Amino acid sequence: MAMNKIFSSPAAALGGVLKDGMTIMAGGFGLCGIPSALIEAIRESGVKDLTCISNNAGVDDAGLGMLLQTRQVKKMISSYVGENATFAKQFLAGELEIEFNPQGTLAERIRAGGAGIPAFYTATGAGTEIAKGKETKVFEGRTYVMERGLVADLAIIHAWKADPEGNLIYRKAARNFNPIMATAAKMTVVEVEEMVPLGSFDPDHIITPGIFVRRIIQLDKIEKRIEQRTVRKRV
Amino acid sequence: MPWTRDEMAARAARELEDGFYVNLGIGIPTMVANHIPDGISVQLHSENGMLGMGPFPFEGEEDADIINAGKQTVTEISTTSYVDSAASFAMVRGGHINISILGALQVAQNGDLANWMIPGKMVKGMGGAMDLVAGVPRVVVLMEHTAGGKPKLLKECSLPLTGAGVVSMVITELGVFEVGQKGNKAGLTLTELAPDVSLQEIREKTDAEFAVGPGVK
Repeated sequence: MAMNKIFSSPAAALGGVLKDGMTIMAGGFGLCGIPSALIEAIRESGVKDLTCISNNAGVDDAGLGMLLQTRQVKKMISSYVGENATFAKQFLAGELEIEFNPQGTLAERIRAGGAGIPAFYTATGAGTEIAKGKETKVFEGRTYVMERGLVADLAIIHAWKADPEGNLIYRKAARNFNPIMATAAKMTVVEVEEMVPLGSFDPDHIITPGIFVRRIIQLDKIEKRIEQRTVRKRV
Repeated sequence: MPWTRDEMAARAARELEDGFYVNLGIGIPTMVANHIPDGISVQLHSENGMLGMGPFPFEGEEDADIINAGKQTVTEISTTSYVDSAASFAMVRGGHINISILGALQVAQNGDLANWMIPGKMVKGMGGAMDLVAGVPRVVVLMEHTAGGKPKLLKECSLPLTGAGVVSMVITELGVFEVGQKGNKAGLTLTELAPDVSLQEIREKTDAEFAVGPGVK
């Protein structure tokens, strides 16, 4: 345990990593499990021409929406970007490029990338516009589309708890894309809600082992926004 | 009387079988959860990585980390498990989800489905819809029979497809159609009419060619 993975601030954890034109994977689904503090630090750094791989593009004033406001993003690879007016405006003005991937294809591309698999076949999107220009192959009478593994220069991850080795657990549906993205980048930086001492986790319960984690910061404030607050009446 | 949205959801719920793992889309399909027949136990899958989804929380008990694929707050139940997005879509693509009930902009008589983009309008993305229709063995479409007076059940979809030849059944406010994929069962068959809806009315509001099943008058 000679190597220290714990950094004092988001900016420190991203030190020497950010470069114009780089590709960044950002975990989260909607606003659930997004690495907000790391996104904020990227915004403050002013790094630009980014390609961001993330299921969604945040909302206007949260998540990756923060980097759209400052025009730091050149291209998004996402499955759904419906909740963001800034996105729509920049896209329609031709200032922002988007590559839509079916959500499961996006997830599998990331999983494959992290596992050293350059390509795979899926039935998803066969016979649709998504398959245009892609190799197809018939297995057992059904047509499958070849999709490429995805890797990034940097993955920014939100986890619930980490130990100093970088072993991670996630909280509930905030897991989503975080564990797979942690495996698929040259550099993985994680923000956590709580640091715990070595040996605190039952090894059977660790979701992301420390081998995938290079840098960690503990959040000093945790704000979780709810996109669609839905409740039922008590009877 | 054509079916109400609730009655459409209740009709779709009759497609569920005990022990099924079920994915419900946004809109009318979400209402299917309110009509699960007595004696049948199903688990709801939410593609953001939650299996075994409970109802909306009581006010004050919302948890930002417990959301469904529509980003709505939901609750855990005794069967709930969480997985990452790749494992969630392994359930979908691997054929482990028994049935997907979702909305549509257009359905063609060969089972083609269009529900993700309208050229010229801002495209929001397909989310998990393309994976669901490609991977889930039984895809049930719940939709209004027409949009702006124009049929949505067509000979061929004019909008970009979400999936080719993927729909098994279509339920609208006017009736139910089965979609056969193979051999002499290929194509659409009208299998039920909503109460007091005439075959004549359905023919006028449908562009697709369809057979009429036994017992439908």
